Amino acid sequence: MSPPDLSTLARDGLWDNNPALVQLLGLCPLLAVSASVVNALGLALATLGVLMGSNLAVSLIRQRVPTAVRLPAFVMIIAAFVTCADLLMAAYAFELHRVLGIFIPLIVTNCAILGRADAFAARQPPLPALLDGLMMGLGFGAVLVLLGAIRELFGQGTLFAGLDLLLGPLAADWQLTLIPDYDFLFLVLPPGAFFTAGLLIALKNAIDDRRRRATAPTPRERIRVTGTPR
Amino acid sequence: MSLMHASTAQAVPGTPGVMRWVLVATLPGIALMSWHFGWGVLANVLVAGGLAMALEALMLRLRGRAIGATLGDHSALVSGVLLGAALPPFAPWWLLLVGVAAAIVVAKHLYGGLGQNLFNPAMVGYALLLIAFPVPMTQWVAPLGLVGPEALSPLEALRQLAGLGPGLDALSGATPLDAFKHKPEGLMAQEFWAGEPLPPGAQAAWRDVALGWLAGGALLLWRRLIDWRIPLALLGSLTLLSGLLYAGDPSQHGSPAFHLFAGAAIFGACFIATDPVSAAAGRRGRWLYGAAIGVLVVVIRTQGAYPDAIAFAVLLMNFAVPLIDHLLPPRPLGRRQRETSP
Repeated sequence: MSPPDLSTLARDGLWDNNPALVQLLGLCPLLAVSASVVNALGLALATLGVLMGSNLAVSLIRQRVPTAVRLPAFVMIIAAFVTCADLLMAAYAFELHRVLGIFIPLIVTNCAILGRADAFAARQPPLPALLDGLMMGLGFGAVLVLLGAIRELFGQGTLFAGLDLLLGPLAADWQLTLIPDYDFLFLVLPPGAFFTAGLLIALKNAIDDRRRRATAPTPRERIRVTGTPR
Repeated sequence: MSLMHASTAQAVPGTPGVMRWVLVATLPGIALMSWHFGWGVLANVLVAGGLAMALEALMLRLRGRAIGATLGDHSALVSGVLLGAALPPFAPWWLLLVGVAAAIVVAKHLYGGLGQNLFNPAMVGYALLLIAFPVPMTQWVAPLGLVGPEALSPLEALRQLAGLGPGLDALSGATPLDAFKHKPEGLMAQEFWAGEPLPPGAQAAWRDVALGWLAGGALLLWRRLIDWRIPLALLGSLTLLSGLLYAGDPSQHGSPAFHLFAGAAIFGACFIATDPVSAAAGRRGRWLYGAAIGVLVVVIRTQGAYPDAIAFAVLLMNFAVPLIDHLLPPRPLGRRQRETSP
């Protein structure tokens, strides 16, 4: 099997086989940490880094790992990268690290990462594996940040609140208050995450449907000659 | 088809007929509630009913369905009226709009319209509002009456509906269930009630409203529009469980009468749990469905974070209905009881 080219990887990761919208993997962190843009962005970056690192490492050792023990080996690799991400975040974005709490270590249980390691990286050379990690991570992260933006905007009326936790004091005044004195707790709480994620999946399917209908050739008219309906 | 099998040849009213009777049956409850809590109740019911009709028409249009026939079955109106009656009186318009939108747009039409909804639409709207706006949803205006020296005028009701002017915080307080839930730990129940934690007349008002709903439920039972098993099982299990708790420690638990008449138990038993779409289908299934709601209500009221529990209990059992219908399926028409048991 020849490795897929970059555009195929990009289309798969970002749209056709998006981990969050199509594979529906990694929903636990996706739903738990998407109440605001800063939380979503923090988790998205951490997941992206872990996914690229684990895909590359799994691909490098793919010929040395016996099939029978491959899953424990992959999990150990992922756990190592998650520990790196956890410590890096604690060092450089401590406040955000405290906010995200258990969900950083829990990246290790994100099935999207193990899924990519087993389904793609273990069968492909390092460069496509790295690029697949990048594209899948970006696809997952894009949905995460979009979900965070929608929930923050319609839950609290703001956007980019507290972004300085992640990007430093430069971002301290990036907060946009689009709807002042506004509060819709439903979207901030977990049920709102399920609801918004469902709407995003529905939107993606609707767009796909419309595209398919636009590109499909117009069906040829067939005239029925047998068994004419009464 | 003029020939009909004898067993189906009864005068069964269609959906519009049933819904008209349900609307009639809500009248005593709504009337008594308005009598005690004022014009805000009528405003809630009328605005929520109107919004429900408008959103139903909008959704039917978006889905490319015929508007006239479906809107004429009054089912959206019933959902709106029930939701409006469940919300605190003098609610602002946006509260009603969000609740009705959750009920009609999400719970009803996104699931496929009347007959396809897994969850009771009115209770989906109520639960969403309770989660999203806990403060306005648990503040009830004191029973100031419809007419009389202290009553709030219809104009004031309109002002509150429009969200203008100061809120009614000074005139509002906890419901009896809410007050009892936040009873200080060491205080005995008798001492608590002796301290008059509620506005005067509140408990009597809640009891009268519950009796009004009971009258409506009796009408529906008399017209055979609801299955008697569900309300009986619900109220029976609620009375039994709250009675056991009360017998165990009367100083810390509400009496069965308190559980029956202080909250929405009777309203839920007669108008919410009996919704034929989202309830269990079989007879044995309905016993189980109703009894489980009653148990859940007592459990959530005594152990949970929310003062009343009808909405959550009904929605939780709506989840269980496919399983109940699988385990205790409705008996096919004409079959004897023995043949179905495997």
